[in-house]
Amino acid sequence: MHPLQPIGRGARIALGFLFFVLFFAAWGFATLGGFVSPTFLADPITMANDGFYLLTEQGFLTDIGVTVWRVVGGFVLASVVAVPLGIAMGAYKPVEALLEPFVSFARYLPASAFVPLLILWAGIGELQKLLVIFIGSVFQIILMIAVGVANTRRDLVEAAYTLGAKDSGVIRRVLIPANAPDIAETLRLVLGWAWTYVIVAELIGASSGIGYMIINSQALMATGQIIFGIIVIGLIGLVSDFLFKAVNRRLYAWRLA
Amino acid sequence: MSAELVISNVSRVFPGVNSGQPVTALQPTDLEIPRNDFVTILGPSGCGKSTLLRIVAGLDRPTTGSVTLAGQPVTGPGADRGMVFQSYTLFPWLTIRDNVAFGLREKGVAEREKWEIVDSYIDKVGLRGFENHWPKQLSGGMQQRTAIARALANNPRILLLDEPFGALDNQTRGLMQELLLGIWEREVKTVIFVTHDIEEAVFMASRVVTMTARPGRIKSITPVDLPHPRHYTVKSSPEFSALRLKLTEEIRSEAIMAATDG
Repeated sequence: MHPLQPIGRGARIALGFLFFVLFFAAWGFATLGGFVSPTFLADPITMANDGFYLLTEQGFLTDIGVTVWRVVGGFVLASVVAVPLGIAMGAYKPVEALLEPFVSFARYLPASAFVPLLILWAGIGELQKLLVIFIGSVFQIILMIAVGVANTRRDLVEAAYTLGAKDSGVIRRVLIPANAPDIAETLRLVLGWAWTYVIVAELIGASSGIGYMIINSQALMATGQIIFGIIVIGLIGLVSDFLFKAVNRRLYAWRLA
Repeated sequence: MSAELVISNVSRVFPGVNSGQPVTALQPTDLEIPRNDFVTILGPSGCGKSTLLRIVAGLDRPTTGSVTLAGQPVTGPGADRGMVFQSYTLFPWLTIRDNVAFGLREKGVAEREKWEIVDSYIDKVGLRGFENHWPKQLSGGMQQRTAIARALANNPRILLLDEPFGALDNQTRGLMQELLLGIWEREVKTVIFVTHDIEEAVFMASRVVTMTARPGRIKSITPVDLPHPRHYTVKSSPEFSALRLKLTEEIRSEAIMAATDG
């Protein structure tokens, strides 16, 4: 093992799995070995049983579907607004001067703190959930994209101008394609954060979703169900991350070539 | 015959950084370049030769003076002045073919005509078989060949090259010089080629313009009457050596001044 030395594909996968095994082993040892009271932390076997019960008897799949829809909905809404704004901010300095201070400020407003306010404004329906995710994501996306676009290689922009490109051509055919991989990477990152916001929104004032199940299970002291819910979120995150990466690799093959 | 490109009284002063002294990069300069001339601009680092070229390209504004191309004043960058940069400026997300097609697409040239032009220039720079590669997959020399094809495919009135072979190894550089000169001999174009390499300046040029150390101005203009087509063996001819010696003397004193001024 030397710094930055690459490892083989097989070894990479094996090591990745190994840590999951270690994690579950430590958890099993602590709970099944009787070191932690089952009231506070369920063991892996109870968790699996609870999960099976949730999926088969409690219609937990519907909850998962609802939560996924909220995340995707809020995230798409935020992206549709934020990506063009971020590009405009990165490309045009007056737009940057106008929006940058406010966006930097708004970025630090905690989305979860908006939950009570949003319940007042939008009730406890779907709109409120979408808005929590929207507020949590939109400013982050704008700012990260703006920074990326503003740092586009200047010589590429100049080359485009000497080839006869006009301003709109420079934006469409240089700034956007040059930054597309970073924009996709930003979206992947923010999608991860959107999962945090949706659960917070569902913990307060919801009647369905993974967060709702978790807060219900707390009342029942069903820690196995809570942990199962959390693990499901983790798994969905892992899968969506994997898909995002696979799509990026396909779309932006020029980066890896 | 009136000159194709007229540079008159062009100077460039960069404002001081952090309330420091303004820096004069280029003293008022006059230069006329007739149609189909191949001019190399030779000078030590920091003599303002790239600044002059960028002003002609419209990428930088002169502090005084003006540039006119075929009677039209230069106010900004445009397709009539193709440019090849020292850094590799191929668009990394486009294949070689799409890179060469960039300007034609921007102009709105019809598909069929566009690809005919693109393929003919890919042939001219010897990149057939690499059309569908990404720039990253090509060597530095191949990338610069693509950049030359990309600029020429646009059919500019004048081709500007800013030390295009500066980052290449010596052997590749020699081959690139021959390639570019060969293209120029066949296509006949007005070319300004900026370099700090004396041999390169003589080999390529019909006229070598030397510049003084910062603040830059034109020191001399030397016609190069070596016959065309030029073969690399011309570099060992007595006429070539005489020109190289003359220019070496001129540039040497400037380089010494530049080095002592810092």
